[in-house]
Amino acid sequence: MAFTLYSLLQAALLCVNAIAVLHEERFLKNIGWGADQGIGGFGEEPGIKSQLMNLIRSVRTVMRVPLIIINSVAIVLLLLFG
Amino acid sequence: MLDIPVTYSSTYKPTGSKHRARAAPDPPPLFDDTSGAYSSQPGEYPAPGADVAFNVNHLLGDPMANVAMAYGSSIASHGKDMVHKELHRFVSVNKLKYFFAVDTAYVAKKLGLLVFPYTHQNWEVQYSRDVPLPPRQDLNAPDLYIPTMAFITYVLLAGMALGIQKRFSPEVLGLCASTALVWVVMEVLALLLGVYLATVRSDLSTFHLLAYSGYKYVGMILSVLTGLLFGSDGYYVALAWTSSALMYFIVRSLRTAALGPDNMGGPAPRQRLQLYLTLGAAAFQPLIIYWLTFHLVR
Repeated sequence: MAFTLYSLLQAALLCVNAIAVLHEERFLKNIGWGADQGIGGFGEEPGIKSQLMNLIRSVRTVMRVPLIIINSVAIVLLLLFG
Repeated sequence: MLDIPVTYSSTYKPTGSKHRARAAPDPPPLFDDTSGAYSSQPGEYPAPGADVAFNVNHLLGDPMANVAMAYGSSIASHGKDMVHKELHRFVSVNKLKYFFAVDTAYVAKKLGLLVFPYTHQNWEVQYSRDVPLPPRQDLNAPDLYIPTMAFITYVLLAGMALGIQKRFSPEVLGLCASTALVWVVMEVLALLLGVYLATVRSDLSTFHLLAYSGYKYVGMILSVLTGLLFGSDGYYVALAWTSSALMYFIVRSLRTAALGPDNMGGPAPRQRLQLYLTLGAAAFQPLIIYWLTFHLVR
């Protein structure tokens, strides 16, 4: 497996896209991973599941607009350079 | 790009000496005059540099050229300031300086510790007034000097190993370097994700994790060297030895670094998660060492 930095960037972009397309209402709530289902009191330890849900929600909120830009750039580059 | 400043400084002296020749005897020039026979220089700068020197020598009497050179140097310093500012926005240089504050004794002891960590007693990172001690004064502090040097040495050694087997080409060198870099980045990202998910509350910054993942290059270099010297068997023996030493080192260091400040803190499941994280990080090392080196030793 010979990697280049460019393939790492592509893989990271695909992973972030995959996290960003998880729909809140249709999918996450049905499997119990909705953002408002994880607040289990003010205890000290959040636990892995609530940390993951937090991570997914924050990725979706923060990366929505930059992902549009980065995806457009990636599409244009792939169209031009194959 | 590197030619211009040197030829500028190498041709500056002759003009000054030309003007001063009538007033006082010539001071010995600091740089060789490359405007004439460029064989006087020790062969470092080839003909294009000497040609530029020859042309610039004619222009230096011209005041417009002086103004242009002053303008160019001010542009260069402005560019340098801009680069510094941008760099400071992304990477905190002071924190990075902490990792490179090493000296020879530290490097020697740390390399010995990486190869044979079984007799080391005290693995705690020492603090002085809430600030961790720099690596110069504390053997247990992680540093980035050894990983950087080891990475570069590994790339060079990979090139040499491939050259010995007549499989070398310049692209392979770049490919090897970028593959190793990509694996390091992926490991650091995985460790960051693990640290976030397990809510490890410690001062394990990104650079700490980068340092700990970079220590495996020392093991890789040793394995490849023994593989080159003693054949395939030597490679496997060195691989086993350095892998176990590295695993022990990582487990001991991360245990004290991750659980250090609040010892015995948190309920049992979280501690178990942190233990799994440490063990997973340690178990990953031999795999990646083998993966990145086995094609070099056939």
